[in-house]
Amino acid sequence: MIDPRHRLKDHFRESRLVSNRLIFAGIFSLILFGIIIFRLVMLQIVDYEHFDSLSNRNRVDIEPLPPQRGLIYDRNGVLLAENIPTFSLEVIPEKVTNLDETIAELADLLSLTQEDIEAFNERRKRHRAFEEIVVRNQLTQKEVALFSVNRHRFPGVDVVGRLIRHYPQGPLFAHAVGYVGRINQQEMQVIDQQNYKGTLQIGKTGVEHQYEDLLHGTVGYRQVETNVQGRTVRELFSEPATAGQDLYLHLDINLQKAAAEALGEYNGSVVILDTRNGGVLALVSKPDYDPNAFVTGISTKEYAALRDNPEQPLFNRALRGHYPPGSTFKPFVALAGLELNVVTEQSRTFCPGFYRLPGNDHRYRCWKRVGHGHVDLKSAMAESCDVYFYDLAHALGIDRLHGFLDYFGFGRQTGIDVPGESKGLSPSREWKRAQRNQAWFPGETLISGIGQGFNQTTPVQLAHATATLGMMGTVYKPQLARATKSDSDEGMQLIGVQQAESLPIQKSSNWQAVIESMVEVVHGKRGTARHIGEKLPFKIAGKTGTAQVFGIAQDAKYDADTLAKKLHDHALFMAFAPADEPEIAIAVVVENGGSGSATAAPIARKLIDVYFGIETKAESDEPVDE
Amino acid sequence: MSQLMNDRRNPPRAMSQLLQDRRKVPGLQRTSFLRRAHIDGFLLLGIMALLLFSSVVLYSSGGEDIGLLIRQAIRMAIAVTVMMALAQMHPDRLKDIAFWVYGIGVLTLIAVLLFGTIGKGAQRWLDLGFFRFQPSEIMKLAVPLVVAVYLAERPLPPSISRLLIALLMIAIPVVLIAKQPDLGTALLIGSSGLIVVFLSGVSWRLLLGFVVLCASAAPVLWYFMHDYQRRRVITLFNPESDPLGAGYHIIQSKIAIGSGGLQGRGWLQGTQSHLEFLPERSTDFIFAVIAEEFGLIGLIALITVYLLITARGLYIAAQAQVSYMKLLAGSIAITFLIYVFVNVGMVTGLLPVVGVPLPLISYGGTSMVTLLAGFGILMSIHTHRRMMSP
Repeated sequence: MIDPRHRLKDHFRESRLVSNRLIFAGIFSLILFGIIIFRLVMLQIVDYEHFDSLSNRNRVDIEPLPPQRGLIYDRNGVLLAENIPTFSLEVIPEKVTNLDETIAELADLLSLTQEDIEAFNERRKRHRAFEEIVVRNQLTQKEVALFSVNRHRFPGVDVVGRLIRHYPQGPLFAHAVGYVGRINQQEMQVIDQQNYKGTLQIGKTGVEHQYEDLLHGTVGYRQVETNVQGRTVRELFSEPATAGQDLYLHLDINLQKAAAEALGEYNGSVVILDTRNGGVLALVSKPDYDPNAFVTGISTKEYAALRDNPEQPLFNRALRGHYPPGSTFKPFVALAGLELNVVTEQSRTFCPGFYRLPGNDHRYRCWKRVGHGHVDLKSAMAESCDVYFYDLAHALGIDRLHGFLDYFGFGRQTGIDVPGESKGLSPSREWKRAQRNQAWFPGETLISGIGQGFNQTTPVQLAHATATLGMMGTVYKPQLARATKSDSDEGMQLIGVQQAESLPIQKSSNWQAVIESMVEVVHGKRGTARHIGEKLPFKIAGKTGTAQVFGIAQDAKYDADTLAKKLHDHALFMAFAPADEPEIAIAVVVENGGSGSATAAPIARKLIDVYFGIETKAESDEPVDE
Repeated sequence: MSQLMNDRRNPPRAMSQLLQDRRKVPGLQRTSFLRRAHIDGFLLLGIMALLLFSSVVLYSSGGEDIGLLIRQAIRMAIAVTVMMALAQMHPDRLKDIAFWVYGIGVLTLIAVLLFGTIGKGAQRWLDLGFFRFQPSEIMKLAVPLVVAVYLAERPLPPSISRLLIALLMIAIPVVLIAKQPDLGTALLIGSSGLIVVFLSGVSWRLLLGFVVLCASAAPVLWYFMHDYQRRRVITLFNPESDPLGAGYHIIQSKIAIGSGGLQGRGWLQGTQSHLEFLPERSTDFIFAVIAEEFGLIGLIALITVYLLITARGLYIAAQAQVSYMKLLAGSIAITFLIYVFVNVGMVTGLLPVVGVPLPLISYGGTSMVTLLAGFGILMSIHTHRRMMSP
């Protein structure tokens, strides 16, 4: 034998060697083939009966256990949103042999209306055959009993107990807490579908929508053995769901109720903020609606009635209502004048009842036709002299005015934790160029100075700006959520306060001057809101506002009696109290309420009384018309 | 097989055929179109049958989703293109680049361990910005190729030192892939290399020794396994021990297969698969869907196609004139059947769940491209077999 290292390649020998091994490989392949066939025969022929029965008679099913949605409370622990048990009749079409027949029999048994059946057929189109579909919600005890006796006749149909959302306060918190409703197609795309297995509802508006992730919780599972009819035979395994976290809001039901009552028959909005942390104590928008109607699916007719109502109950005025701020704007304009050294506290302007731009005949009228005579900051604010602010706005110019108002969030979202907030409008040269393709006219600066013209403010913006003013420039983001609590938590987990920034307005004497002038509005001898300033242990700083809805001709007079109600002025009032150490800031907007002094200011006083627990009701003087 | 026996009895026959063939070359009229395109008709027919069947089954398992079928059809087209392209490449070119491909493959495997992206808990993908690829797929072909080229450089059977080097060549990528961790692929790549070693004529005594060594190494392997891999092995022997976790796959797929019976429930009629009891039913567990809907008859037909393709591969290996081609072709053919066996073994509960797709049937493109690339090499070996000196 030759040393292998020096061997020459012998192709025939090598070929034969490899071919031999290929034959072994072929045999090996046949053995593997044999093993597979043997195994398959074992499974499919020998044990066929066993597996077929496993497959057919008893199916292992995994059922989701939907989590219980977190509850929502006000600051006093009063329930605003809860879950109540309800029984609904549900069917899994795949497990029913003749669906139409079954439904017809069910209709007989439980006296289903034609509407119920139509609604069911609608739902059927949206679901797959193996998903349960609601035939009828909210069965009565009697109906549950009636079905249970006859259950054997209806394979694939069952009464299912569920928890559904209920809002015990009815319409009172509709615009703040919002409501839940059936998950729709768009929402399906966004949510984690796994976690929503077995959950039918999702937050649609308000806090319910904003804190959906927190309120929803985590789904659990139950593995069950079911028989051929789809009924559970026994439970094999379960992993319980984790309930959503409970949410405690800053809202105070007493203030909310008082605000809704105080608005009375008027449409409008009240927003009350805790100036010390931005907490929203009340958020009212009138008219409102019952959120419970949306929970189980509102009927088309009912919805159309709400949607087409000319009073627009679905419209959230507190967040989306655009109102000219009117004279409530004046404190901010005054502060701009002081801070930018355009006026001083002592500067005086003569008011003859109108203002005229140099070289122009147009008269910009003061609300008081005979004029206020000589006014300084304090008296101009107290009596709401328009001419003083025309002059001040003219001296500031729109650019500086717009820039300064931006500090207070006019024309921006406040960032409140309720979805759908509007930006309002704080006009500027650039805005007008971009939107209207027009130059800015000096006259528009004047009417901006008294909060008219293009200015559009939402009630929450006004309350936010008022709070910022009261806190001398410390800005807190308005926030409804105060704390959360989960099952595992010992107590509540406070949600952090969001302090945005401090405004770059340094001189505290400027803040003081403006606040003092606002105190004069409520407590001064000639203040436009002096009738609400009595019998108080502290001072209120406020400002009335009356916003024109209807433009009045140059020399005509506003006459409430001859104008249609829709064209009456909006009444506004903004205030914070106590003036020296503010706790709350209030914005009141009464649509077509007439004058801010007569309509809006007393509402604010009532709410201040409720908040501070003041018993005696201020006797109202004759209100001053603006 | 009979062809093989003939060769053994009349060794010179191949030579005479070669001479005949040379005479034929100038007049290409007599060679078929497939021959000129370097396509093996028999293999092509088998592959096409599997791909067609795959579409039929995927339509059912994927919930009658046409979009899914179209996506898979695009992958099929790409894979068939790769196969045809590789069939054009002369096997000598493959031999030239063997070590390069292997070397780059090992480097990318190291890169994956260092910078790879993690999918389903394992690092298998290398993200090159413009595309992501799985270096372990390259190694499925590179390992048998490089071992075949290396061993065939010298006369067979290989010497002990060359054998050890060949084993090292196999071990490096296997260890790197096992570390990803992707034990299933690592073992399959290891076996494709070992098949080359086996085919190269290593003495039975050494082979026996190796098997004994491996058996004694099993406890060590157990020690190095990840928890999830151990759990799979345990649930293999006792699936009921974990009905919600790892055992759920096996229990459900056994029910699906068993309830299919002899004739099956019929296309689109499988309840286990359609009621979503069966997991991964379009990918790793598609065999259970076939079993439930087409029964034992359908499965035997399917496995017969697999066996015929393997047999054709072995025939091609036997016909090849050059040792390295014999080794490579033999390894590709046997490995193909092993893939089938591992997947079916997994689905029927014979082997642990290792996540190997059913060749050419399961949904997905990566493994299909690799498999058809292998068949492209087989076709190239076969259609070029008479155009080279031994």
